[in-house]
Amino acid sequence: MSPSSDPLRPGDHVDSAAAPSQPPLGVRGWARFLWRQLTSMRTAIVLLLLLAVAAIPGSLVPQESSDPNGVIQVRADNPELVWLYDALSLHDVYSSPWFSAIYILLFTSLVGCVVPRLAHHWKAMRAKPPRTPARLSRLVGFQTVPGDASDLDRAERVLRRLGYRTARYGESVSAERGYLRETGNLLFHISMLGLLLVIGLGSGFGYDGQRLLVEGRGFANTLSSYDSFSSGQWFDEGSLEPFAVVLDDLEVEYETENRDAIGAPLDFTALVSVTEDGAERDAQIKVNEPLGVAGADLYLISNGYAPRVSVRDASGEVVYDQYTPFLAQDDAMTSLGVIKLPDGLEEQLGLRGFFYPTAVPLDTGALASAYPDLANPVLSLQAFAGDLGLDAGIPRSVYALETDEMTQIAGGDSGTDALTLAPGQTIDIPGGLGTITFEDVRRYGVIEVHVDHTQTPVFWITVLLFASLLASLLVPRRRMWVKAVGDGRLELAGLARGEDPTLERAVDDLARRLVDEGSAARGDDAPAATDAVGATAGEARPAGPTDRPRE
Amino acid sequence: MPPAELDAWSLLLVYSAMAVYTLAFVAYAVDVARRSAATAVPEEARELVGAGASGAPATGAPARPTASAPATAPAGRPGRGARIGFALIVIAWALHLGGAVMRGLAAGRVPWANMYEFALTGVAVIVGVFVLSRLWRDLNFLGVFISGLATVFLGVATVNFYVTPTPLPPALQSYWLVIHVFVATLATGFFALGSGLSVLQLIKERRSSGFLRALPSTVQLEDLAYRVGVIGFIFWTFTLIAGAIWAEHAWGRYWGWDTKEVWTFVIWVIYAGYIHARATRGWRGSRSAWLQLVGFAAIIFNYSVVNLFFKGLHAYSGL
Ligand code: HEM
Repeated sequence: MSPSSDPLRPGDHVDSAAAPSQPPLGVRGWARFLWRQLTSMRTAIVLLLLLAVAAIPGSLVPQESSDPNGVIQVRADNPELVWLYDALSLHDVYSSPWFSAIYILLFTSLVGCVVPRLAHHWKAMRAKPPRTPARLSRLVGFQTVPGDASDLDRAERVLRRLGYRTARYGESVSAERGYLRETGNLLFHISMLGLLLVIGLGSGFGYDGQRLLVEGRGFANTLSSYDSFSSGQWFDEGSLEPFAVVLDDLEVEYETENRDAIGAPLDFTALVSVTEDGAERDAQIKVNEPLGVAGADLYLISNGYAPRVSVRDASGEVVYDQYTPFLAQDDAMTSLGVIKLPDGLEEQLGLRGFFYPTAVPLDTGALASAYPDLANPVLSLQAFAGDLGLDAGIPRSVYALETDEMTQIAGGDSGTDALTLAPGQTIDIPGGLGTITFEDVRRYGVIEVHVDHTQTPVFWITVLLFASLLASLLVPRRRMWVKAVGDGRLELAGLARGEDPTLERAVDDLARRLVDEGSAARGDDAPAATDAVGATAGEARPAGPTDRPRE
Repeated sequence: MPPAELDAWSLLLVYSAMAVYTLAFVAYAVDVARRSAATAVPEEARELVGAGASGAPATGAPARPTASAPATAPAGRPGRGARIGFALIVIAWALHLGGAVMRGLAAGRVPWANMYEFALTGVAVIVGVFVLSRLWRDLNFLGVFISGLATVFLGVATVNFYVTPTPLPPALQSYWLVIHVFVATLATGFFALGSGLSVLQLIKERRSSGFLRALPSTVQLEDLAYRVGVIGFIFWTFTLIAGAIWAEHAWGRYWGWDTKEVWTFVIWVIYAGYIHARATRGWRGSRSAWLQLVGFAAIIFNYSVVNLFFKGLHAYSGL
């Protein structure tokens, strides 16, 4: 039988005595049998390995949560497999029924394993260290030092000072330490459970919104100002923090000297004005430095160019004048964009094309961008006249042009060149529709507003998790005995409970302390005693009966 | 010195280090071959090795030897080849460290921001853990494994992944790059050592002749592998946590199942499985050793295949 201060372990733990396996009897017998299976170490291993395997598909197939564009792409490329992706939730692996089933089983097993251990450990921490074994000589670090029963009080004091809990059994002291190891282990498992619960519940109250801002523009934190918005199931619109943000300036810096990295981005900084509680202040957002405003975190997640294009009708009247965000396509910020004019001209007009911050002609005559900053900005647009398809009530992306019902009038195969403009230039729209002017260009930044009430609790639980992991893996749990054998010698030995590579050194150390304190107590140098220790502690090995091989 | 010149020196040092690692490998390999050919170790020496450390404790604890005794059992005294190998590995490591430092100077930042640099620093850490473990235990019997691994990894990295030093993209400009990535390589260093020990354990379980006889017992190898693996696990846990904090700063969420996050998690869970396996009847021994190897394979996979071929936010291979 293992003494009661040993931590409780599932039946198939190496430290448990092998339980006789009996066939389960009756419903309760079966229930108990199944529960034992579920909370066994073996099940924990199998579930952990299953969890590892189950996580892998999510890195192979694009996920709705991390790569929505990839999901669209994969579905478009493999239409015949869409049913399979959906049936297996392959685009939502981490919230799929099969992934959830594995971790729910794992955590059920964990609770089933931890709860009895908690109760047991609670009692164990109060229990006395176990009786001294009859023969210490077979235990780790066995050695003797001079002393008799009158030295046991002192031994007990030394052990207590070293953090042991002690008990006296006859002419011996029994000591145990390292309960923190089991405490740490239990806390570690519990904090994983805590982490899961806090994330699962807490994230239901948060939200996440994105808003594109051209320099000089701003937005207020309301639902309608977001380009895209997602929130947890318990989110309440009334909880949106009242603040407003204006993007004053977006500063970018690109590498100009290192020949192997010309144009590599070095820094993005969004300079903003924040209005909160009626007061306005200046602040900045950088890639690794989010801005905290009224409990929300603001991130700068991307940036680009927004050319300002104005259009006049045949009579010279301005019918359109706006900044339009273009989406960067490559490292040199070649940017693709679409401008739609449903009203104002004789026909509906659609413009689609590229903005090149530093335009250079290719051999083919086409343009490309050679550098991401504005060295030679050029806008090159194809024009389409006809029906933009905006009235059909079908939602259309602002970044896509539906040209089925339109005729191309500039660029492509239309026989007319694309409309190519530098800032300040004006050009006629073919067909006498009017003129188009590239007024200027500004940068835009996409600001993400993120509210997550789980952040702080998750952080502290994680700190607890890590600290308890350290305790659980590094604190040695061991027993130590000092026994007066009656012939002027004290016997010492230790026993490891779990991994304990330093046990021998600990026994040696105890021996040294007993001898040192002994000589101090007797007020002499006790050369003989020190010699005795010299022979038994430290590098040299005990002369006593030990079956341990030595080099 | 201009950066390009510093980088040229760095490369020169790295190539020299590779050459010396190769020599170390040869020295170790010759040592192994010679010992395999040597006549059998006397019978009682073998028994002593097998007997392990403590005898059966009296209080009902399992009568299982632990490795409280140093792993170098009587016959484990390194041969001359192994001593030469160790000296060479130390020299190579010094050259290698010099190369990594020069690379950092050339780039004006820590030398672990793209795949070439991960390998450069990562292998230096692996060898460093091996060399410094000497202060704690004599693990020289792992010399073949470590010097071979260093030669191959460094060779593959310089040939396939080398890029000239470039400035850090804004997403990497954070002190978390210093902490998170370095601790990850440290964890990798310990896992590598643990895997080496597990490999030897598995080989020795099957066959114990020749130089294998001179090794510590399988139980001692397993205990050592476990201890080293546990240190790796602690560092890996820290890597995971630090990565989540950094992701919160950079991307606005601490966990988003990005491919690299997935694999960091997968590795963590495999090693958790390994730690449980070590404590489970029927799994202790070779099964848990295999799990340690699966974990290390996942680390290599994460570094190579995931970096090169998987799409995700962690696109820092520099290739
Ligand atoms: C969420 C999944 C789990 C993870 C990540 C995990 C992780 C760990 C880690 C890292 C340790 C090492 C700490 C130590 O040795 O003291 C450990 C130990 C342990 N775990 Fe878990 N665990 C999980 C689930 C479980 C479950 C479900 C059980 C119950 C069947 C369990 C039972 C144990 C036990 C008994 C130990 C102590 C092993 C020993 O004596 O060395 N764990 N666990």
